[in-house]
Amino acid sequence: MFKILALISIIALGAFAAGDATFEATKRELNIPAIIMFFAFIVFTLGLTVWAARKTKSASDFYTAGGGITGFQNGLAIAGDYMSAAAFLGVSGLIYLKGYDGVIYAVSFLVGWPIILFFMAEKLRNLGKFTFADIAAYRLGQKEIRTLAAFGTISVVVLYLIAQMVGAGKLIQVLFGMEYEFAVMLVGVMMIIYVTFGGMLATTWVQIIKACLLLTGVTVMAVMVLYAFDFSFESLAVKAVENHTAGESILAPGGFISDPISAISLGMALMLGTAGLPHVLMRFFTVGNAKEARKSVVYATGFVGYFWIIITVVGFGAIAFLNSPEGAQYYVDGKLFGGNNMASIHLSHMLGGNAFLGFISAVAFATILAVVSGLTLAGASAISHDLYSNVINPDASDEQIVKISRITVVAVGIVGVTLGIAFESQNIAYMVGLAFGIAASANFPILFLSIYWRGLTTRGAFLGGLAGLLTAVTLVIVGPIVWVQILGNAEALFPYKHPALFSVTVAFVGIWFFSKTDNSERGKNEKEMFRAQNVRANTGIGSAGAVDH
Amino acid sequence: MKDELVERIENNPKYQELVSKKNSFGIKLGIFVLVMFYSYIMVIAFNKELLATKMGDGLTTIAFPIALAILVISFLTTVIYVKRANGEFEDLNDEIKEDVKDLL
Repeated sequence: MFKILALISIIALGAFAAGDATFEATKRELNIPAIIMFFAFIVFTLGLTVWAARKTKSASDFYTAGGGITGFQNGLAIAGDYMSAAAFLGVSGLIYLKGYDGVIYAVSFLVGWPIILFFMAEKLRNLGKFTFADIAAYRLGQKEIRTLAAFGTISVVVLYLIAQMVGAGKLIQVLFGMEYEFAVMLVGVMMIIYVTFGGMLATTWVQIIKACLLLTGVTVMAVMVLYAFDFSFESLAVKAVENHTAGESILAPGGFISDPISAISLGMALMLGTAGLPHVLMRFFTVGNAKEARKSVVYATGFVGYFWIIITVVGFGAIAFLNSPEGAQYYVDGKLFGGNNMASIHLSHMLGGNAFLGFISAVAFATILAVVSGLTLAGASAISHDLYSNVINPDASDEQIVKISRITVVAVGIVGVTLGIAFESQNIAYMVGLAFGIAASANFPILFLSIYWRGLTTRGAFLGGLAGLLTAVTLVIVGPIVWVQILGNAEALFPYKHPALFSVTVAFVGIWFFSKTDNSERGKNEKEMFRAQNVRANTGIGSAGAVDH
Repeated sequence: MKDELVERIENNPKYQELVSKKNSFGIKLGIFVLVMFYSYIMVIAFNKELLATKMGDGLTTIAFPIALAILVISFLTTVIYVKRANGEFEDLNDEIKEDVKDLL
């Protein structure tokens, strides 16, 4: 463990040294307060990981922190998973760029929460063990469902991971003048350490600490912005309109969501996707019972809702401040240094100088680390728990499973770093929108129907779920972003950026059709088993206690 | 789970009461949130100008208080749900568990 820490420090220092080479080119001074805070956070959280590593013994400890997290703690951790780099840097950058259109993202991100609470949270807790596939596979064929769920999870995890990696890379690049590639690798290595050694316990605590830091940081920022305008949002809006090239149009929905189909499709992805995010669903298994699961959603909704209100102020603050004459220093060749995702970071420098920039940057970095850790753990669980221990090797021992998890963590880390480098120039809020689209199409329909529909059979869930996943992935590939912007084709085969409306429909219809037409003996048994499942989902009778899974 | 236990719980009037109350409460609140959210999305999709209406003499549009209201109402519905679910529904649930104690 400590050898690895030493190795990391060497890599990190090497990377900073490498950063010096581009130091002149980027005209950014090495920011000492930022670096100090940045390392303080890393040292502190690594200490936490060492502590968690000592407590993590069984597979249950590794995946669910032993199930001993309280509703309040879990609420903070869920909110933390939600307030990712894409949320903080991406949405504030989107508001900075497009004004009110960014606010639509924020609102849509939140509305999924009540829906999760009313229909999913308690049932997930009552039925599940480690992953969301546990629920879908409760009465259905283990092999088919777990394999499919693992693919759904991995797709979402990788897309989401790319968004976080891009955010991390840009952030460190702006801060230290370090090479983008080095920055992404540094994040990848850190995340691998947190997850492989500390498991869910370390990941949860890193997430809780980060959530507190982030909420504090953005609050201070918003107060400083509003202070400059005598706490009048109207004065802030007037200044923002004056400074933005798009003028008054930034105060209302604009061209970002251009047509009705896109608007509905994006809204659907953001809302249903929330209920299908594997790293968030996993958190319901870290609490003791349904009561705590419900409480954690209330806390999470409160924190996340508050966060979006604050981010709106920060985003408009960025328009007002950065586009002023004093803000000119943050532009290189007419473009915001580091890209639009860095708007709130530059704003923090304008508001509070190097020390505050250091704090906000450290918070943003912490955010990225915590979220990628949660994501990686979800990916690792999908492979080790769903694929390995339930499909490939059902006789696997606890040690073998945890070992496979750790190997997967390293693999997911490498994939994340590689793709993070490949997707350097993407807007991270958009990437997250895509991840939500896949989660809404591949994960949510199976999960929802397995909880609520007696008639669901393995055949229906597998074929319909697969159709949903394939539709979502295909439409993304032939859509405007990948087909035109990344692959360089002239015109997209599928005109909309967000596929959810189509792929979610395909999934639901497919699952319904293939279940309805399934007259097999196995299908009959599965329908019969719904009764017992439903009793357990509603009462919690028969579900494992907090500590012993 | 044993068939006998499932049978007993399913036939328990308290269980039927719990499930029907919980479902209808969840569905009502869920429909409320969905209607609220999709009305907002539909206005964005079909009538952006409506949200561009200014408040009083200022520049701030009604789009802002509406977004704020959706955030606050979404939060409040979760509070309302959990108040009832963690109180009334949990009590019912405990009674059901008590009734089938001998089979657990």
